[in-house]
Amino acid sequence: MALAFRLLPGALSALVLALVIGGALGGVLSVAGRIDMAALLGDAYVLGILRFTVWQAFLSAALSVVIAIPVARALVRRQRFPGRALLIRLLGLPMVIPTIVGVLGLVAVYGRSGAINDLLAMAGTGARLDIYGLGGILIAHVFFNMPFATRLLLQGWAGIPGESFRLASQLGMTGGQIFRLIEWPMLRQIAPGVAGLVFLICFTSFSIVLVLGGGPPNATLEVAIYQALRFDFDLARVVAFGVLQVGLCALIVGAGHRLARSVPVELGLARDMPRPDLAAPAGRIGDAAAIAFAALMVLLPLAAIVASGVSGDAWGAATRAPLWFAALRSLAVGLCAGLLSCLIGAGLVLTARELGVRYRRPGLATAIELGGSLILVVPPFVIGAGLFILVQPVADVFAIGLVFVVIVNALMGLPFALRILMPPAMEVHERHLRLADGLGITGLTRLRLVDWPLLRRPLGLALALTTALSLGDFGVIALFGTRHNQTLPYLLYQQMGSYRMADAATTALILVGLCLALFIVIERGIGGRGHDRA
Amino acid sequence: MRTTGRLAAALIALGLAAGAAPAQAEDRPTLTVYTYDSFVAEWGPGPKIEPLFEAECGCDLDFVGVEDGVALLSRLRLEGARSSADIVLGLDTNLVAEARATGLLASHGLKVEAPMLPGGWDDTTFVPYDWSYFAFVYDSEALKTPPASLHALVEDSDAEILIEDPRTSTPGLGLLLWMKKVYGDGAADAWEALRPRIVTVSTGWSEAYGLFKQGEAPMVFSYTTSPAYHIIAEGTERYKAAIFEEGHYMQVEVAAMLKGSDQPKLARQFLSFLLSDAVQAILPTTNWMYPVIAPKDGLPEAFAAPLDPAKALVYSPDEVAEHRDGWIREWLSAMSR
Repeated sequence: MALAFRLLPGALSALVLALVIGGALGGVLSVAGRIDMAALLGDAYVLGILRFTVWQAFLSAALSVVIAIPVARALVRRQRFPGRALLIRLLGLPMVIPTIVGVLGLVAVYGRSGAINDLLAMAGTGARLDIYGLGGILIAHVFFNMPFATRLLLQGWAGIPGESFRLASQLGMTGGQIFRLIEWPMLRQIAPGVAGLVFLICFTSFSIVLVLGGGPPNATLEVAIYQALRFDFDLARVVAFGVLQVGLCALIVGAGHRLARSVPVELGLARDMPRPDLAAPAGRIGDAAAIAFAALMVLLPLAAIVASGVSGDAWGAATRAPLWFAALRSLAVGLCAGLLSCLIGAGLVLTARELGVRYRRPGLATAIELGGSLILVVPPFVIGAGLFILVQPVADVFAIGLVFVVIVNALMGLPFALRILMPPAMEVHERHLRLADGLGITGLTRLRLVDWPLLRRPLGLALALTTALSLGDFGVIALFGTRHNQTLPYLLYQQMGSYRMADAATTALILVGLCLALFIVIERGIGGRGHDRA
Repeated sequence: MRTTGRLAAALIALGLAAGAAPAQAEDRPTLTVYTYDSFVAEWGPGPKIEPLFEAECGCDLDFVGVEDGVALLSRLRLEGARSSADIVLGLDTNLVAEARATGLLASHGLKVEAPMLPGGWDDTTFVPYDWSYFAFVYDSEALKTPPASLHALVEDSDAEILIEDPRTSTPGLGLLLWMKKVYGDGAADAWEALRPRIVTVSTGWSEAYGLFKQGEAPMVFSYTTSPAYHIIAEGTERYKAAIFEEGHYMQVEVAAMLKGSDQPKLARQFLSFLLSDAVQAILPTTNWMYPVIAPKDGLPEAFAAPLDPAKALVYSPDEVAEHRDGWIREWLSAMSR
């Protein structure tokens, strides 16, 4: 009985997922022909693309996390410098801005006529930076993912009890020893999951890889999926691609998760103990360099987005009613999608931690997270089209178009909610499970007294991120878009598609501004004020 | 926390109100037109055409915008015979073969006169409503003397270009077909000669044009009608189309009615309305394409035909459908040598 009750939240979430995804898949399969995996795997073109897809996603994930580690560590070590809180908020932005906006921002910095090449020319060097190629793809993927990876790692650091650092002080440990003995075990636990998520995101990267890859061989499977739809409308082939992507990513990311070592949680109450390793000049310089690097990496393209957003007749473009209707609609859809994402995610996390901590089956907990994350590599068209096929006979698709968008965006945000909530939820359980059991604090009371104070901050980040993700997402609206439910990204692409690049830049700026406001309002509102440790 | 919740609730209510469709008048028939989203943008032709047709037909004209011509066709195929569309507007000649193959479209039964369309028109399913030539548009401040022919661009120019991918975009496929028309069996070698000067091959027109406006290359693959936008809407002559001696590949946009339409009479009326003087006069400066019939009051000077119609290049839809996959593979291998 107790077991059933403990598994209930996760079971409910899993049921919702299974209904939506299973239903969508069933819908597509009902109209698709025979699925021929062999033909797919025997196709040299597909295999070539597949190889590149895996390679670039692997490199992007590795680079993003390897860079995020020193950046997060520097932010933890240097608690007080002007602009720190704002910088941490800004780290959430690249992940949520529409791809095309980010790409144009990056090109304004690193492109042929970008700021860096202008500087090189002014300095009279013959050197010229060429962003188009694998390097460009990696720069873009690091820009989009490293800041978010940094925020996830900051959470890991926040989980280290202050007593560890007190002990380190008493023993007079150096920075290197602290890293090896205290921080590295935490990273072993957290980093593989972060890298796995970035891998999944980059695996289905479409525009970035084509536009910045420079050459047609640099393409991801999404291109082949697009071709199958566009030219032959071969739904069976699209489903086969989906199966291939999900299977392959499950193997690769699953193997990555196995690298994770769980470390016994040391009980501690103190937070924010002074670290003994802050005075060394080398460390100071290193931290300053890491923070400056991350700040420039994020701020330069954002500055370019702001600059092009305020140029021309920005005031005229920004004060049009349709823009603000679209913004309101986007906010409403985004909040609904974000809440739904976090609700489904919280259900999965509550059950996963029971399995992982109480029943000592961490493998099952990992499997739950991986399962929820793989939705990232299900082709969005399959989900959209499948739901469409299911609903069309019984309801007016246009009337409920926004509901569709909410559901699909919520699913797309789920992996992020899981990755943000899972580690701290596990940790709280490790610390307080026996005490709370012994005191007979259960159910909602436990959530209120034990979990809420410790999990409100990650929950704030999860809600802000999933809401903002939905705000910047264009994917699904394209299939269900009508004149009556235009969202901000929809308006943005409309403007870009009819020569109105300057208006589009202003729309983009407003979108980015709204996302930043969301991070500030939601994270403060839910996470509480006070010192931003993560 | 409490205020955040209330604020969210208010926002959600507002947004849903904004998202609700306006109430339909019950006693008038509705004609549903599926099209691509820039057609129904506030600055596009849709909002201008709607009141004109509604005044003429005594019906409600309901536009539904999807991403682009390809999404339009996908949606049609998904819905099949159950589609609530009466008209599909915005396919181009390279999608015509696939659209016809769905078997969902009806004959229009109209006598189509398209005097401005090079080569005229004789299709009984599709009605052309506007068209343009593909062309390399250049920034005259960055490039003083553009190449005068496709041969010159490929073999004798150092201008860098931005193009679109034929796998993912209509203009990209257009350039592929143009190269094939001009070079035939030598197309692969021509691509190889051109490759070093291709800055990048983007997913779609918007990405390429956005990069062009940011100065990433002096030339971008677009339309001969693009400069008209900059002249008329922005008052600048800076952007020009390079006219090539061999002639230009053309793109024709078409509309058709569905067999399953419950308003066949209105649908036919709408198709012929597309060819009326009022609509043909609206299209150039809202959709930035040439009309198929010259408007009575003339065209803005920026829309002067850039070349002799005899030089318009085009493959039949069936030829495109037959060779497309092979030609794309040829292009891919030339681009990866």
